[in-house]
This record gives sequence, structure tokens and C-alpha cells, in this order.
Amino acid sequence: MIEKVLKGKSTYWMWLAVLGTFIAIGAACYVRQYMFGLGLTGMSRDVSWGLYISQFTFLVGVAAGGLMLVLPYYVHDYKAFGKITILGEFLAISALIMCLMFIMADLGQPLRGLNVIFFATPHSMLFWDMCVLWGYLLLNCLCGWVILTAERKQVHPPKWIYIFVYISIPFAVSIHTVTAMLYCGLPGRHFWLSAIIAPRFLASAFAAGPSLIVLACLVMRKFANFDAGKEAIQKLTTIIMYAAIINTFFFLLEFFVGYYSEMPGHMHSLEYLFFGLEHDGHVYNNLVPFMWGATLFSFTGLGILAYMKISKVFDYRLVGVAATLIFFSLWADKGLGFVFGGFVPNPLNEVTEYIPTANELGITIGIWATGFFILTLLYKIAVGVEHEIES
Amino acid sequence: MYNKGTIIPGLMIFIVFVTFPLWYNRLSAGTVPKPDLPIGQKECVAPVSEMRDNHMKLLNQWRDAVLRDDDRVNVKVGGKEYRKGLQTACMQCHTDKEKFCDTCHTYAAVQPSCWDCHLTPAVAASKKETH
Amino acid sequence: MDTKRRKFLKIAGAAALAGIGAPAIVKLTSSAAIASEAVQHETAAHGEVAAATGVRLGMVIDMRKFAEQPELLDQAIAACNKVHNIPHFPDRKNEIKWIWKAPYANVFPELESIHKSEMAKKAPFAVLCNHCDNPSCVKACPTKATFVQPENGIVAMDFHRCIGCRFCMAACPYGARSFNWQDPRPFIDTYNAEFPTRMRGVVEKCNFCGERLALGLEPACVEVAKSAGAMVFGDLNDPDSEIRKVLDKEFTIQRNPAAGTKPSVYYIV
Repeated sequence: MIEKVLKGKSTYWMWLAVLGTFIAIGAACYVRQYMFGLGLTGMSRDVSWGLYISQFTFLVGVAAGGLMLVLPYYVHDYKAFGKITILGEFLAISALIMCLMFIMADLGQPLRGLNVIFFATPHSMLFWDMCVLWGYLLLNCLCGWVILTAERKQVHPPKWIYIFVYISIPFAVSIHTVTAMLYCGLPGRHFWLSAIIAPRFLASAFAAGPSLIVLACLVMRKFANFDAGKEAIQKLTTIIMYAAIINTFFFLLEFFVGYYSEMPGHMHSLEYLFFGLEHDGHVYNNLVPFMWGATLFSFTGLGILAYMKISKVFDYRLVGVAATLIFFSLWADKGLGFVFGGFVPNPLNEVTEYIPTANELGITIGIWATGFFILTLLYKIAVGVEHEIES
Repeated sequence: MYNKGTIIPGLMIFIVFVTFPLWYNRLSAGTVPKPDLPIGQKECVAPVSEMRDNHMKLLNQWRDAVLRDDDRVNVKVGGKEYRKGLQTACMQCHTDKEKFCDTCHTYAAVQPSCWDCHLTPAVAASKKETH
Repeated sequence: MDTKRRKFLKIAGAAALAGIGAPAIVKLTSSAAIASEAVQHETAAHGEVAAATGVRLGMVIDMRKFAEQPELLDQAIAACNKVHNIPHFPDRKNEIKWIWKAPYANVFPELESIHKSEMAKKAPFAVLCNHCDNPSCVKACPTKATFVQPENGIVAMDFHRCIGCRFCMAACPYGARSFNWQDPRPFIDTYNAEFPTRMRGVVEKCNFCGERLALGLEPACVEVAKSAGAMVFGDLNDPDSEIRKVLDKEFTIQRNPAAGTKPSVYYIV
């Protein structure tokens, strides 16, 4: 099946070349960071996690989002997802590879990374996160490959693979729950110390992952002659809509708790993210445009989806716009605001803002490009097999 | 045999490539280094052969003993006591890292990371308190 | 009395190193110099880290004394910086701090009030690692590079093992941890040849001078500040220790007790 990646139209090769360029830039930036240290990033003593960990957090969600295809198809036998379930599994693979790359990019001593296994420490949530991330990655590789191979031979997948498919369902939930637990178990960070973090992460994941799959389907419909089917796309938009609404609802609950209780610790981060935090005569507000942008995107995207449902119209362009808006709003919410906001103010009530450096952005974009590169190859295989069966 | 034309040259290139270190150095291991030994100190914490083979393991043991196991019992060499540690014991006699440690490490192409943190007497002296 | 005690510590430390029994100092420094006692201790304390019989080192910071002598805290900080080869970075982003100064409002944000004493308004407070009984940094560390020493309750760091994930920095409710964003050596003024520097990519913090305690010395900051009575260091579990006498007599506060980490550093304000 791998040979399918070697044959493609010129657009396919152009796309890979563009991604390859960004990967090369990212690699060069990483070499610089490796030689000098994380001092090349914008992170500081006060904001000790930056883009790398925030992208990791967001992408764990994207990986878990594949569950919204696996669950209806395998558990509820929802046939319309038959063609695209594999896309969910392959998205999870590339998202998880990005996650692991972001963690490696973030380590101060990457060569000592295996210490997490040599000196395994079960009371650290990072240990469990490593376990579930690797577990979910291997499960998706296994299930995706076996099922696609069976599909290609036009036989039923072997019975034993379903055991792993069913195991992968709680695993998908666990990767994002454990990732939430990295944050929500820390006693000194009020913004993160909230029991709703894990459910909010899951809600946002179940919107972000399917959004990306919808976008991929639309792109492949145009460029790769792959039609996911109107029914599947429509069902996905319903899932995205409900998940995004639940995510917004959870976020508003955080607002209520903070602003009704008026407990300083519960308000400060939200204030910093949405209105700017005044401290020593200076207003710190570099994330405010992103957060309001995300709010606007989110409500516009939801509005478009709601309009299509209510007036019973279906338009691929509208779906594309809505999925893009929702994807970026969730990215700004979790891939920027959640992590950076948690560090403001610091435990000594001091405010330090975080602004990523060019080198850091280069690495970040490079890792995203690597993920999309892998995703493109995997989807090329999946679509190639699909075409082979059709002919 | 299929594809004889590609397999055999391929194998040849592979063999040349993996034996590169051997023939590049003309089958000679080079001159064996002679590290400078401390003057006036014949003993070490263990016999020479033991130290030569296992000094890195001993350093790791000391590290864990001092940092983790609260075992800071001093080591005795030639009637003098030393606190376990690279700076506090080893380098008290082996004062010249370049002429002792590096001679063999360079020869064996190993790059221990000890010196990223631990100070050699020379480095320590480079920023000494002046008054 | 203070100088006497200091002298006693030194003599007792030397005695302990020579292998002569000096239980008080052994308890304070928790040095395993006496083999038989070390063995006993090991068997008895195994698995019961928080046993009330164990040693739990702690500190009382008397801000009244520091407020009287404003230069004293600077001297204590300088002493720490010197013995631990702590770099001085000019920018806030890279700062490495083991013990440092901060206003009351920043050290005790939960206890901040409009009407507070002149001292709380003006005097800079000493901030350092609290060496918590229930440290969240230790819970978070995925490699046990930071851990509680069962012999004395110090929250220690093993720089050899740290992978630089900075989970401990996110977990610490006191902002006590610093990360080496780059090679610190060019920013160290003078080297202490007895102590290592750090490499880039590892986290560091106050170690309660574990290396000095082993020699029968008190922590570097305490050595500077104790003659004025501004810092008292000792075993919190020993009812006869000096620190316990101070704690019995004075009302003290701790940083962010709501975090449940049970700090070992007390403040008299």
C-alpha cells in the first residue's frame, strides 16, 4: 500500500514540496535551539511553557477527535462514516506524532528523554500521558493498517482487530483526560485548577478533530477526486456544532465562577486573556485580540452551521468556512490562551507576558508541516485504496 | 541470482563504508595515550585497573550516594580524607583535566558531560574571587 | 548565645566527621557519618517518610530583624549566590533565583490587605523554596529528579537526571524554581570550586545547603543572618530545637497555606 504515496498529480508534489520547505526551516531552527538552549524561545522563568506545550495540548485534542468517527461507525454501525473512519484514525496518527515532536522540542535536555522510562514515576501525570499517547498511537497504527488492508482485499477485517478498535475508544478519551490532568492537578495555578478542564478539553477536541477532517474531505473532494458523501459531512457538522456549543458553555461557566465569586485568582487569568490585566500601571493584553477573535470566529462558525441546519440548505463552501472558523477559534482557545493564560499572573502575583521568537515559530511551523506531511501521505494511501476498490 | 549487477556493487560499497574507520587509520589504533599522573600521590580510591575500567560507574555510585542516599561518608586515600565527588575528591589530586581526563577520552572519542556542570581546577581559577 | 551555638556546631560537625558520636549534630545535618546509627535509621525509617520521629528541617524568617537591618538580606542573598555559583542574568526572563527579595504583596498575595504595617508596606521579604512536606513539584516530576530526602525533609534536585520538562515549575505554588534557558557559566561572577555550576536545560532551586549541612555548617543565608536573629534554622520535629522554641513563642505565617503543601519556612511579620 505504501507505494501509493509515490504516484500523484503535480498538485500533490507541489503541496509536499511546500511542506518540505517548512520542515527544512523548522529543522534548521531546531538545530539552532539544540546548540544554544531554550533561551532562543520567548519562554521565561514566569511563563515556563510556551507554544510547544500549547500546540501539544491542542493536538492531543485533534488526535482524540478521531473518536467522533470511530464511535458512530464501530459502536453504532453508522454506515455513512464507512469511507471516512480511516481518515479519523490517520489524523490521530499524525496529530500524535506532532504531539511527541512538540514535547521533544520543549525538553531542556532532550537526550535524557528516556529517563521518563528508566525512572518511571507513577505519581507524575507526565508519565501517564506518555503511556496513553504512545498507546493510542500504536493502537491507531495497528487498527488503521489492518482495516485498510482488509478493505483493499475487499474482505472483512479479522475479528481480533475489533478488540483493539474497542480498546482505542476509551484510550481516545484518556489521552485528553490525562493531558488535562497535567494542568488541573496543580495547586498554585487557579486558571487550570478546575474540574471542568478535562470535559472542556474533550468537548473542544470533539469539535476540532472533526473540523479538520471535514476540511480534509473538502480539499480531497476538490483535488483528489474523493467524495466522503454528503450525509457523512452533514453528520460531522452536527457533531462539530454540538461539541463546540458544549465547549463554549463550559468556558462561560468558568467566566461565571470567576466573575460572580470575584475571587481574584479565578478572575485574573480570564481578565488577562479577554480584557488585559493592569499591573503596576501597565496593561498586559497581548492575547486579547486572539481571544476576541476566537470568540467571533466561534459564534460566526456556529451561526453558519445553525443556519444550514435550520434552513435545510447544504453548501460545501459554507461548510468549509464554518469548519475553518471553528477550528481556528478552538486553536486560539486551547492552543494559545489556555496555556499562556495559566501563567499570568505568576505565583508571586507578577505579570510577565510571553511573545514567541522567530526561531520558536520556525520550529512550531516545522512540526505542524511535518504532521501535515505525514497526514498527506496517509490520506494519499487511504484515498488510493478507495479508488482501487471503485475501479 | 537476480539483479546481480546492483546487489554485488551495493554490497561492496556497504563493506567499504562500514570498514572505513579501519582502513582510514591504516589498521593502527594510534599511539596509546599516557595521562599525566598526580605527583607525589601513588594511591587512588581503588586499584589502577579497577579505576581505569570502572571510574565512570564509581562516579555514578558516588552521585547517587551523596545526592539520594544521604551517604556522605568520606573516602580515605593515603591517610587523607576526601568528600565523595568529582570536584571534592578526584580533582584534588588529578588537578589537570586536560592532561589527565581528556587524554584518554579524546583517544576513545567519548565526551562525558561531567564538565558541563563540574568545575575543573583551571576553570574554577579563571573566575576566582580577587579580594 | 548565637556565636556559642555556631561554634558548637562547628566543633560537633568536626567530631561527627571523625566518627565520634554527636547525636545532636547528626540529627541536624542528618549526615550518616556514624555507620551503626545510619543502619538503624535506614531500617527503622524505611517506608515511613513522614514519621514524626524523623528530622524535618525548616526555617523561621524574622522580618522584624531584616527590616531593622536592610543590608542583611542582601548579604544573605549574596552569600547564597556565591556558594552555589548562581549566575546573574541582567534580564528578568533568564533569572536564576534561589533566595531573593520581593514585596509583601507578592510574597503573601492571599494575605494582602489595604491597611498593613509600615514594615509590610516597605521592607523587602526573603523568598526561597519552602521545602514543603507535601511538595507538588515532587509529585509532578516524571523522573524523580526532584525528590524529598527522607532523612531531613529537604526537597532536593538531581541535576544529572532532570530532563528539563519544567513540569515542576508549573506545579510549584511559590514560584521557587528557575530554569537554565542557556549556559549559565558566562553569567557567574566568581566560582566556588567546591560546588558545581549547572548546565543549560535543567531546573534548579534552593537546596537548604545540603552540601554545607554535611560539613556541620548551617545554610549560607542563615550563617549571615542568624547573628541578628533574622533567620533560625533547625529540626521542626525536635521539640527542644531552637527553631521550635521560636515557633512556640512567636506567631508565624506561611506562604499560601491553602495550597496544602505544608511549607517548612515560617515568617514572623
